[in-house]
Amino acid sequence: MSEAATLAWHQYRLERRMFWRNPAAAFFNFFLPLLFLFLFGAIFSGDQSNLDVLVPGIAGLSIMATTFSALTMNITFLREEGVLKRIRGTPLPTGSYLSGVFASAVTNAFLQIAIVVVSGKLFFGIGWPKDWLALVVFTLAGVVCLASLGVAYSHVIPNFDSAAAYQNIVFLPVIFISSVFFDVDHVPAFLRHIAEALPLVHIIDGLRGAMVTGAGVADNLTALAVIALWTAFGIFFAIRGFRWESRRA
Amino acid sequence: MADAPAILVRDLRKSYGENEAVRGVDFEVARGEVFGLLGPNGAGKTTTVEILEGYRARSSGIVSVLGLDPGERSRQLREQVGIVLQSSGLYRHLTVKEVIAHWAQLYPHPRDVDEVIALAGLDEKRDARIRTLSGGQARRVDFALALIGDPELVFLDEPTTGFDPAARRQAWDVIRQLAELGKTILLTTHYLDEAQALADRVAIIKDGRILAEGAPGELGAGSSHYRVAWRDEHGEPQERQVDDPTALLHQLTSAALARGARLEDLSVTRPTLEDVYLELTSEAPADV
Repeated sequence: MSEAATLAWHQYRLERRMFWRNPAAAFFNFFLPLLFLFLFGAIFSGDQSNLDVLVPGIAGLSIMATTFSALTMNITFLREEGVLKRIRGTPLPTGSYLSGVFASAVTNAFLQIAIVVVSGKLFFGIGWPKDWLALVVFTLAGVVCLASLGVAYSHVIPNFDSAAAYQNIVFLPVIFISSVFFDVDHVPAFLRHIAEALPLVHIIDGLRGAMVTGAGVADNLTALAVIALWTAFGIFFAIRGFRWESRRA
Repeated sequence: MADAPAILVRDLRKSYGENEAVRGVDFEVARGEVFGLLGPNGAGKTTTVEILEGYRARSSGIVSVLGLDPGERSRQLREQVGIVLQSSGLYRHLTVKEVIAHWAQLYPHPRDVDEVIALAGLDEKRDARIRTLSGGQARRVDFALALIGDPELVFLDEPTTGFDPAARRQAWDVIRQLAELGKTILLTTHYLDEAQALADRVAIIKDGRILAEGAPGELGAGSSHYRVAWRDEHGEPQERQVDDPTALLHQLTSAALARGARLEDLSVTRPTLEDVYLELTSEAPADV
C-alpha cells in the first residue's frame, strides 16, 4: 500500500472506532430509517405494491441519512470545533483524510442497505434482490453522489448550531417528494419534476429495479446519468469549496 | 540549509480588506531558541504566526521556516513543525492515548507515544476520554500532539490564555522541557511574565509592528534612562527618570548629608521589561 493509502486506512479505522464509541449516535443513525421502514411497513401491510415502493425507498433514504446528513453534520462540527484546522497542520494529506472519512460513511451506508435488504426479505415479502450487481452499482453510485453533496453542502452552513436546520430543510422535503414513502406517480407533476431533477429519486429507481422488479443497470442508464451529473457537481464543490476553519468575524 | 535560521521574516505584511493586520514585521529566530512575540490582543501576533504555520497567505514580504516557504504548505515542512493553536478541538470520544497514537502514525519519525505522554504530564489521564479533560489537561494533549512528530520547531499560540495559575505553571514546565530537548519555539503571549519566564528573546508587537526586540533582561537595560527613587525630607516618595544619574545622586546625597538625615528608600534601576512593555503599548486597550 502506498503511504497515502495507509494513512487513509488509519483514518478510516479511527472513524469507525469513533462511530461505535458513541453508541447512542450509532444507534439512532441506524434506527431512524428502520423506524420509518417498520412504521410505514405496518401502515401498508398486506398491500404488496406499496411495500414494493417502500422498501427500496427506505434503502434510498438510508443512503442519504448515512452519507449526506451524517457528513453535513460531522464536517460542520469538526470545522467549528477546530479539529479540521488542527488536522490541516499535520502532514496528513487532504486526500487521505477525506478518503478515510468518506469510506466510513460508505461503510455505514452498506451496513444499512444490508439491514434493509434482510428486513425486506424477512418481513415485507420483497424476497432477495433480483439483481445484485444493480444493487451494488446503485448503492455505490448513490453513496458517492450523496456523500460528495454532503461535504459540499457543509461549506454553506455557517455554524454547528444551525447545521440541523440546514440539514433538515434539504433532507425532509427531498425524501417526501422522492417516492420514499409512496409511488412518485401519485405526486403532482411540478413536484415530480423537481424530484426528477434531484438525484435521490434516481437512486431509488435503480434500487427498486435491483430489489423488486429485476431491472438491471442497463435499464436504468438515464438514472445513472443524472446521479453521475450530481456527483460531478458534488465532488467539484466538495473539493473546491472545502473550508478548514469556521468563519469568525 | 542547516545554518539557516529556524525562522526568518522580512517586511511581512498582511491585509484583510482595508484593515492592515501586519505592517512590515521583521525578525529572526535561531535554531534552538525560544522566541516570544509579546503584545496586546489584536496586535497581529496570531496573524503572523498563522502565516508562518501555513494557515494564511501573506500579502507581501519574505518568510522562511526551516529554510522553506510555509505558503507552499509542503508536507516536508509540516513533518518538521509542531503546532499548538490558540484553540482547537479534538475527537471527543477517544482516549488521550488513542489520539496521540493516531497522530504518531502521521509522522515519518514519531517519538515514543508513552514517552510523550509522560513528558506532557498525562500519565494519569492516558485512558481518559478527551471530553472529560479540564482545560489545562486538554492543553497538555495539545502539547503532546505538537511534539509527537519530533518536530524541529514548535509554534505555541497563547498557550496559557484563560488558565489558572497552577495550570499555567504546569504548562510552563512542559514548554521548558521542550526547550531542553533543543526544540526551537515560537511563542506568542499577551502575558508579560510568560515571555519573561520562557523566552530567550522577546519582540514586542503592537498594531502590526515590532516596537522593540531583545532578551527579556536587556530590553529594559538597553533603554537610555535610569529611574531614581527616594523619599524626600517630608517622607514623600519621589521618582525621576534621567539619562545620567550621577549629578542627581550627588545632589541628593549632599542634601541629605547637609540635613544630617538618612536618604531613605534610595534606588537606582534600569527600566524592566514591564516598564518598556507598558510604555510601548500604553495606548492599547486593556487586556481581557
